[in-house]
Amino acid sequence: MLTAQKVRTWYRIHKWTSLICTAFLLMACLTGLPLIFTDELEAIVAPHVAPAVAKVGAPNASLDRMVTEAQQEFPSLHPYGLFWDEDEPRVFVNMSPSDTPKAGEIRQVIFDAHTGRLLEVPKDRFDLIEFLFRLHSEMFLGLPGELVMGVMALSFVISLLSGVLVYGPFMRRLRFGTYRSKSTSRTRWFDLHNLLGIVTLTWALVVGATGVMNAVATPLFGLWRMQTLPKILEPYRGKPEPTHFGSLDAAMKQVAAALPATEHGSVLFPNKVVGSPRHYIVWNKGKTPVTSRLFTPVLVDVETGAMTISNGLPWYLRALEVSRPLHFGDYGGLPLKILWALFDVALIVVLMSGLYLWLSHRRTPVEKELDRLVSLEERQGVALTR
Amino acid sequence: MTQPLPFRKVYGPAIILAGITLFGLLSALLGDGVWNALSWVALAVPLVVFAWNYLKG
Repeated sequence: MLTAQKVRTWYRIHKWTSLICTAFLLMACLTGLPLIFTDELEAIVAPHVAPAVAKVGAPNASLDRMVTEAQQEFPSLHPYGLFWDEDEPRVFVNMSPSDTPKAGEIRQVIFDAHTGRLLEVPKDRFDLIEFLFRLHSEMFLGLPGELVMGVMALSFVISLLSGVLVYGPFMRRLRFGTYRSKSTSRTRWFDLHNLLGIVTLTWALVVGATGVMNAVATPLFGLWRMQTLPKILEPYRGKPEPTHFGSLDAAMKQVAAALPATEHGSVLFPNKVVGSPRHYIVWNKGKTPVTSRLFTPVLVDVETGAMTISNGLPWYLRALEVSRPLHFGDYGGLPLKILWALFDVALIVVLMSGLYLWLSHRRTPVEKELDRLVSLEERQGVALTR
Repeated sequence: MTQPLPFRKVYGPAIILAGITLFGLLSALLGDGVWNALSWVALAVPLVVFAWNYLKG
């Protein structure tokens, strides 16, 4: 049960958490809108060379040869990692100047996964999608930027929850869905804010909460690495770092034999900062809609080929991986993306109307209106909400 | 001034919409094929409820 005092407190929380995150959220909504259609936009902006049509179960080409070829393309860089395209049989080899490449430093070489033919070396040019994504997720500030966006997303979630609590007292005398189009502009914006806010609430909560989770993904994976890697590297203590890397094809064969129910997703080459200095880290994923988002890391010693399967990721990283698509809306075909975009636009309207209500509050303070409603309730001795 | 509405009138429709939205968000995540189609229908519901009330108002 909410007392009048509590309603006022929740209202203040709603106001302040909203004000804190509004500017950031507007930016996130505007940049997020085109990002929903990343696949479609990339097909238009940067059409790629298609791989050869392959039969189901066609054998894979040698990854070692692809890495060698990529090295020849970029002699001054070193192999950083490679990954498989989810939609087409393509392998992307990422070449980097260092273990912690900055924006735009990674160069890609793309191969046909079955024939091994070099398909293309994308030109080093301005990448709109990359630009929008970095602005959206970290404002070009790296990890600190990610964490700031995480705090903003958290502020947004609190604003939504407190908004639900003050929705009741405001709506106690209005039929659900009230929109008084013939009323004053303030009433119209007020109705719009409440109506659009309450119908899109669950979507906004889910996208906000997964936004928080994505923002803390980097530190969480770092934490897991710090807890796991020292134990695996303990036997190697004092040994020099490997200079020659053994066969990646052999490593992949081993991993496939050990985890038959999975398929390969990506490989991280030896890396002193984000990986292991002496292992290929092979990330394999399941084959069902849910498990295809769950990656199992396998470490393969680049010198001896010895394999270490970690006992899976901790629950918080699994939760993070499964819930990730819920932030992007790209997991259910084009109609889902279009719905996602509509929700995104709805959220922009909720933000703008909230901002309008706050800016116009000097003339008709919302607090005053709330006090009037609350005292009316109290006089009637009726509890505000249950 | 009219009598205040009971809890189920104030929050009831919101709770139903929350359930439908949640179903829509999860069905495409956990399933494929027909579950995707069900997801589209479910997620369109809150937007249609908004459009209906907005145009009616």
